[in-house]
Amino acid sequence: MFYREAGDFKTSYAADNQTFPIKFDRMGYYTALVIAFLVVPFIINDYWANAILLPFLIYAIAALGLNILVGYCGQVSLGTGGFMAVGAYACYKLMTSMPEVNIFFHIIISGGITGLVCVLFGLPSLRIKGFYLAVATLAAQFFLVWLFNRVPWFYNYSASGQINAPERSVFGIEVTGPNTEAWATYLFCLVFLVASALIARNMTRGMAGRKWMAIRDMDIAAEIIGVNPLKAKISAFAVSGFFVGISGALFFSVYLGAVEVGEAFGINKSFLVLFMIIIGGLGSIFGSFAGAAFLVLLPVVLKVVGVDWLGWPTDMVAHLQLVIVGGMIVMFLILEPHGLAQLWRVTKQKLRLWPFPH
Amino acid sequence: MSTQESYVTEDGRTIGPTVMEMKNITLRFGGVKAITDISFDIREGEIRAIIGPNGAGKSSMLNVISGFYVPQEGEVWYKGKKRPPMKPYQVAEQGIARTFQNIALFEGMTVLDNVMTGRIRQMKAGLLSQAIWKGKAEKEEIENREFVEKIIDFLEIQAIRKTPVGRLPYGLKKRVELARALAAEPSILLLDEPMAGMNVEEKEDMSRFILDMNDEFGTTIALIEHDMGVVMDLSDRVVVMDYGKKIGDGTPDEVRSNQAVIDAYLGVAHD
Repeated sequence: MFYREAGDFKTSYAADNQTFPIKFDRMGYYTALVIAFLVVPFIINDYWANAILLPFLIYAIAALGLNILVGYCGQVSLGTGGFMAVGAYACYKLMTSMPEVNIFFHIIISGGITGLVCVLFGLPSLRIKGFYLAVATLAAQFFLVWLFNRVPWFYNYSASGQINAPERSVFGIEVTGPNTEAWATYLFCLVFLVASALIARNMTRGMAGRKWMAIRDMDIAAEIIGVNPLKAKISAFAVSGFFVGISGALFFSVYLGAVEVGEAFGINKSFLVLFMIIIGGLGSIFGSFAGAAFLVLLPVVLKVVGVDWLGWPTDMVAHLQLVIVGGMIVMFLILEPHGLAQLWRVTKQKLRLWPFPH
Repeated sequence: MSTQESYVTEDGRTIGPTVMEMKNITLRFGGVKAITDISFDIREGEIRAIIGPNGAGKSSMLNVISGFYVPQEGEVWYKGKKRPPMKPYQVAEQGIARTFQNIALFEGMTVLDNVMTGRIRQMKAGLLSQAIWKGKAEKEEIENREFVEKIIDFLEIQAIRKTPVGRLPYGLKKRVELARALAAEPSILLLDEPMAGMNVEEKEDMSRFILDMNDEFGTTIALIEHDMGVVMDLSDRVVVMDYGKKIGDGTPDEVRSNQAVIDAYLGVAHD
């Protein structure tokens, strides 16, 4: 009734290929963009930006990256935290060594560097898969964190071992450092997220995405069809690393401002992003958004409900959050392996016919 | 390299010179000889069948052609050149497509995406172009979609083009797999038991598709099949294998009257 494609005919393959083939969806997408760019910046405050919107935008980029690798190409990675750290430290080194270059480019270059590092640690994927690959990427996680902790060059020999984001601006508006406005940091991250999502979508609907999915679904058949497994896997690692690196760079420079590597980019971060894509939906762009939103909102909602309304002790709410996330992971893996994205798809399917059952 | 003259068959199709020649292929797995000293050729435009009892080495032979196994001895000649040992994806780039005995489709992808994957050889846009979805990538996608739609029409799977393959029944999956192989515009199409597990109607449909493919696109086909009626009706020439050796080669009539073939199928007392 509310959601339908009747009368929405396609007369060209280009029209059939678009991201939102149904007009209703397309309108929803444009509306969301308008609200995100033109409405939210005027009503945003520091609390919303720091507690919800910035983490959501940044984690969504990381989830997009990991989803390309795990959801589309089927190569399990537990090194997301480490790769985000590469993005963060690359960004820090670039910001301090080349202050005249705009931060915008620093972040993109950090993504590129992370892509290269990710390819390096992805090379074992040509020989091993599944659990064994997961362990290999876990090694990357620990190695990278160790590296950034132990080699003083990476943190410019600072006494604390921390890295601090210097003040940088885009078009004269500060986006990093202590004196930023909420709306500026929000818009800065939003631009990166929208661009990342468009790129990810374009790649996954074209031949690159088909190659990745072919490798995921049946690697032997893919090779006999003509997919070069080396190139397909390496490109998945590179693209994934690029997005994860961007998110790491933003996480450090725009969101946190100061980072201690073990604290910010530990193994927990790897699992958090992995949970996002499992709950959101493997192999789905929308799922990356949904998962990031869910896991960013959950602690906030629990805190508001548990601590502020019901007056429970803070530590109990924190523990409750772990229990809920753990339970949800198990539930999703058993009941809906394709996550929130699939639930959304099913809901749309039902809405098409509502109020009739068939 | 043999350079036979082209000839025209009774039903008016032109059979060209040899495109692929297997010379004295021997394939061993440890101590087991899967294929022993087999030679045969495939000519352009013909339907070439490989038959034989279970375990005769037919699928191994197909795997040698598609580069999945590398034979210990012997040479593969393709389009007048000796083929060095290469990876399966390189063989695919040379224009050899295949289907599998137990369907090897990409279950998580739609029918359309599966068939589009077959166009991998024709779609060369770089990652960057795909990322911004402008220029070459977009143009290529639409051009190849047009070709793929022709194949989809031809194999009568229009209604399921947006269905994930995992949800399709067996007979349709076989057809989608054929579509994917055909989308590659192959010089040689290898079919490994295209009619296994089908009922009579489905077999008739499949036979019709194979004949039409050969007729309309001029596709050279090498197929393995167990249904003798189908093989004898469809193929121009037949290779018969038994225990990894070639025991017969020729037109269906020649093969049918070959004593070694009759023995292999009906069984004789081995001494």
